Amino acid sequence: MTPAETAETPTPVSGTEVMTYREALRLALREELQRDERVFIMGEEVGVFEGAYKVTAGLLAEFGPDRVRDTPISEEGFVGAGVGAAMIGERPVVEIMTINFLLVAMDQVVNHAAKIGAMFGGEVRCPLVIRTPNGAGNQLTAQHSQSFEGWFAATPGLKVVAPANPADAKGLLKSAIRDDDPVLVVENLAIYKERGEVPLDPEHLVPIGLARVAREGADITLVAHGFATVRALHVAERLKRDHGVDAEVVDLRSLRPLDVDTVVESVTKTNRAVCIEEGWPTYGVTAELAARIQKACFDDLDAPVERVGMAEVPLPYAKGLETAAMPNEDRIAAAVLTTLGLRG
Amino acid sequence: MTTVAKSTLLELWEQMLLIRHFETETERAYKAALIGGYCHLSSGQEAATVGTMHALGSDDLLITGYRCHGFALARGVAPEAVMAELFGRAGGCAHGRGGSMHLLDVERGYYGGWGIVAGQLPLATGLALALVRQGRQQCVLCELGDGAINMGAWHESLNLAAVWRLPVVFLVMNNAYGMGTSVERASAVTDLHRRAAAYDIPSLRVDGDDLLAVVEASSSLLSGARSERVPAVLELVTYRYRGHSVADPGFAYRSAEEIEEHMHRDPIQRVRALLVEEGLADAELEGVEHAAQERVAAAVEWARADPPPAVSELARGMYAPGSAAQFARMLAGAPFGERELVFAGGLGQ
Ligand SMILES: Cc1ncc(C[n+]2csc(CCOP(=O)(O)OP(=O)(O)O)c2C)c(N)n1
Ligand SMILES: [Mg+2]
Repeated sequence: MTPAETAETPTPVSGTEVMTYREALRLALREELQRDERVFIMGEEVGVFEGAYKVTAGLLAEFGPDRVRDTPISEEGFVGAGVGAAMIGERPVVEIMTINFLLVAMDQVVNHAAKIGAMFGGEVRCPLVIRTPNGAGNQLTAQHSQSFEGWFAATPGLKVVAPANPADAKGLLKSAIRDDDPVLVVENLAIYKERGEVPLDPEHLVPIGLARVAREGADITLVAHGFATVRALHVAERLKRDHGVDAEVVDLRSLRPLDVDTVVESVTKTNRAVCIEEGWPTYGVTAELAARIQKACFDDLDAPVERVGMAEVPLPYAKGLETAAMPNEDRIAAAVLTTLGLRG
Repeated sequence: MTTVAKSTLLELWEQMLLIRHFETETERAYKAALIGGYCHLSSGQEAATVGTMHALGSDDLLITGYRCHGFALARGVAPEAVMAELFGRAGGCAHGRGGSMHLLDVERGYYGGWGIVAGQLPLATGLALALVRQGRQQCVLCELGDGAINMGAWHESLNLAAVWRLPVVFLVMNNAYGMGTSVERASAVTDLHRRAAAYDIPSLRVDGDDLLAVVEASSSLLSGARSERVPAVLELVTYRYRGHSVADPGFAYRSAEEIEEHMHRDPIQRVRALLVEEGLADAELEGVEHAAQERVAAAVEWARADPPPAVSELARGMYAPGSAAQFARMLAGAPFGERELVFAGGLGQ
């Protein structure tokens, strides 16, 4: 038994508005809270404090403390509560302040939420959403500068999406909330202030499992997700300007399911690939991409698949060290030029 | 009531002033972009910090959360080494690798500031377990916030401490809020120390802005832990004047009047009044305050002049010396830049 959705037939809204990524997420939350009584938000500081990164600003005032629920600092407890509530038809959207703290609740996500569908033979579903930012670059130091989405994407039973711009933030979060499985929505600290056109239509959904060619190009394919996509797009412009290189950028948008088809189509055209992620590449998202690209595109490749991510150290505090260790635009550009044979 | 010798009281007051001025200067340096990252100030919590550090023996161990500038200073870490750490310089107490939240000083038995709420509690039980195994009559003081007691790690650690009779005192700095969430909104029991009863652990709740009360309570619980292996919980009721971190103005969840009211009961002023009662002259006290300011100014100067760590040492400390050989066969096909940054960056050296 599932409670009925509250919406009447939605009146189509057209047009777009320029807003930040943060505002686009908030719009998605507001629309889904309005549309479906079963949706509620919980997490640390989401209400009175209006969100550690202000994504939920104004929602407590609009929807009240039952729908926008502040929690104690108890990640294992309230993530698990989200799993349980989802099992009997609620649609919880749990905010974890940053992905670093999701590790405290890892057991509830990996050993519980991810298992529900398969372990009980499809008898129970878990329509839970967990939203959380990853990322580094503000000297937050080793315990607060991590990007673990690859760990979750490595777990069968979970879905993982990572929008890279405001329109996708809105569309993917809404799809996640309407999805019947546990979905991790990976945001990013640096991306919250990025601006872009966002469709105002409350039915604007971005399908889970579909990548996007964010920039067309013929010479090389850059594959990225989340904030790495923003970096890749900047690098592509710079390479065009400085070296006449025409890079194609594939924004994965979903990590599990992964749209390998879009990646393969691009690499088949360009014959070269550089995969970029915010986190550590070893055993990471880019490791998965490299494996699939070499298998699917073996005959098309003109160079080994390259990977750029965070240098494999716990991120240090000092600004100079941090910058050097990040997958910054200089390092990405150098990797691209190397892969093209344009750099020693 | 414990009486503390006049000279000791003056010393403790000096430390409180040092912390207050250090935090004020830290906030200024943060706003001047000399400090980055998360930066949590402890202004208002000086009596609780200095009082417990006075009671902690020099060979006892300390572990804290991220609001740790005051603890490092009161433990005797040079202000230069703390400020340089905040500035991300090579001469910082963590060589510029840890920043504001991860101060430490192994020589002084300070095993670090930790950034995941309640993450340091299980570590504290392990430190205490090791002390027992090593037959050392010492104890561990583990600092945490009022928000941390709602984590599972709190319950697991208290239970371990109780069943294994570990020499550890859990110091709950109850400053009324965990970020913007008041204790009332987060904890089913607001007399936080009563939570210890669930594990049959002795506990006390004390005015954390009353220096002498803090010294007395912490001395008694620490000595119980040290000599009888009785774990304990000490709740110190205090208040943070500034926002949760430098980025939080601190007014969204509490009123200006509330802050004002606490400032009227300022722990530093309370000790100053005691010193005046003891017959110290205003001029002398002003001299002490001035000296604390100078001390902080000197630390800032020192930190400014200290160089940042070299990128060629990016991986310093990550693995124990000798580990580079174990990794040598992992280089083929490494991600871009890994050879230059990590392997050449001091891995295992
Ligand atoms: C497991 C975990 N969840 C969330 C956070 C984010 N966070 C950092 S400090 C803090 C509040 C902690 O409050 P309290 O324990 O009262 O300590 P105080 O800051 O008052 O010293 C939160 C929620 C974190 N660091 N770790
Ligand atoms: Mg607190």
